Amino acid sequence: MKPKAFDYLKVSSAEEAVVALAQGGEDARIIAGGLSLMPMLNFRLAEPSILIDISKVDSLNYIREADGHVEIGAATRQADLMRWDGLADKLPLVNAALPYVGHYQTRAKGTVCGSLSHADPSSELPLCLAVLEGEVDLQSTNGKRTIPADQFQTGMLSTAKQAGEMITAARYPTAKDGCGYAFTEMAQRRGDFAIVALAAIASAKSIKLGIGGVADRPTVREWDLLEGDALNNALNEFAWDLGGYDDIHATARYRRELVRRLGRRVIEEAKTCRS
Amino acid sequence: MSKLNKDARYPVTMTLNGEEVTGHAEPRMLLSDFLTHEIGITSCHVGCEHGVCGACTVIVDGTVMRGCLTLAVQADGTTVETAESLASKDGKLSELQLAFKKHHGLQCGYCTTGILMSLTAYLEENPKPTEEELRDMLSGHLCRCTGYVGIVKAVLDYCENSTE
Repeated sequence: MKPKAFDYLKVSSAEEAVVALAQGGEDARIIAGGLSLMPMLNFRLAEPSILIDISKVDSLNYIREADGHVEIGAATRQADLMRWDGLADKLPLVNAALPYVGHYQTRAKGTVCGSLSHADPSSELPLCLAVLEGEVDLQSTNGKRTIPADQFQTGMLSTAKQAGEMITAARYPTAKDGCGYAFTEMAQRRGDFAIVALAAIASAKSIKLGIGGVADRPTVREWDLLEGDALNNALNEFAWDLGGYDDIHATARYRRELVRRLGRRVIEEAKTCRS
Repeated sequence: MSKLNKDARYPVTMTLNGEEVTGHAEPRMLLSDFLTHEIGITSCHVGCEHGVCGACTVIVDGTVMRGCLTLAVQADGTTVETAESLASKDGKLSELQLAFKKHHGLQCGYCTTGILMSLTAYLEENPKPTEEELRDMLSGHLCRCTGYVGIVKAVLDYCENSTE
């Protein structure tokens, strides 16, 4: 299908974008890469009055390391992050997850912050942000605010971002000494939406597991260093708490089984790659 | 830049396969529709219109992208390459195209133009991919004729033996 008609404004700064957002009212939408928003427009699941294009805003296109995190601007593409020299060293979890994010062809234009903003429950980048306990910067004509990852995504395709606000950057905490990071997912084909996505962090004292694709948002749980049956029981309990849902790709039961089996595997992998 | 009105049509000028072309587009017009209906090229195939099938894949300012997930007005002032750029002016196929022909890398051809454009960008970055890397990259395209076997053979042969 074709999108419903909308006005279009290409802006050159975040300030210009938030003014246009304020003037555009509730139906104004920001577009960066468009890899999530354009399908919504083509399906007419979104019918914005105006599209505000930030894809050419140079001041939002950056990857910057500071104070224990990597800050990624709202116009930065997934492929740019994948090519960033420090990725494997500073963000090993994101490095492991990025090859699963869409395809070569979609990462070339899709942005990191766009994926966060779209808030698909099975998306890899929001899951990584949740497990690493990162933050999202929002800006509007009323000012700026920062929201921690666990308060940002509020459900399926919904976030704490208010009308008139845009994401300007996301911050992913950098790898800590002594921790191991691992990511895996199950999908119909490589690059398709994850049926279940799993991200694990193992430290000397604890294990942390984040799950995408089962509940309506990435969900994170932390345990002491469990082994054997204790770990199996913890994973089983986690799987039941998440619930899961049936769709054309998998049943809720299958999703829970993936949490139990792949959960164990990804935790073991995180333990073995502890630095 | 000033706001473009939803009901108006605006001139969109781009360098398409080395030649400057101009057409007109409403803000909502997709690049895939612009190239096909405004400019009149035939290689930007529309399959799914939500970025999944990859048939409309083109290269804009050196970046591979879905024509159906890009607006024509976003491509104003850019350099666009489509599959028409691959063969020489006298119709002689490129070595990559010849490899597809040799290894039966296509049957109906609908997905082929998009795959060729993806490969054009991808092989610049990674000129000697392994079969696994290549199959991972091809997962961004749907081909219902070949089972991908001929495509993979064609590309590996091209990477091994190309003189370009």
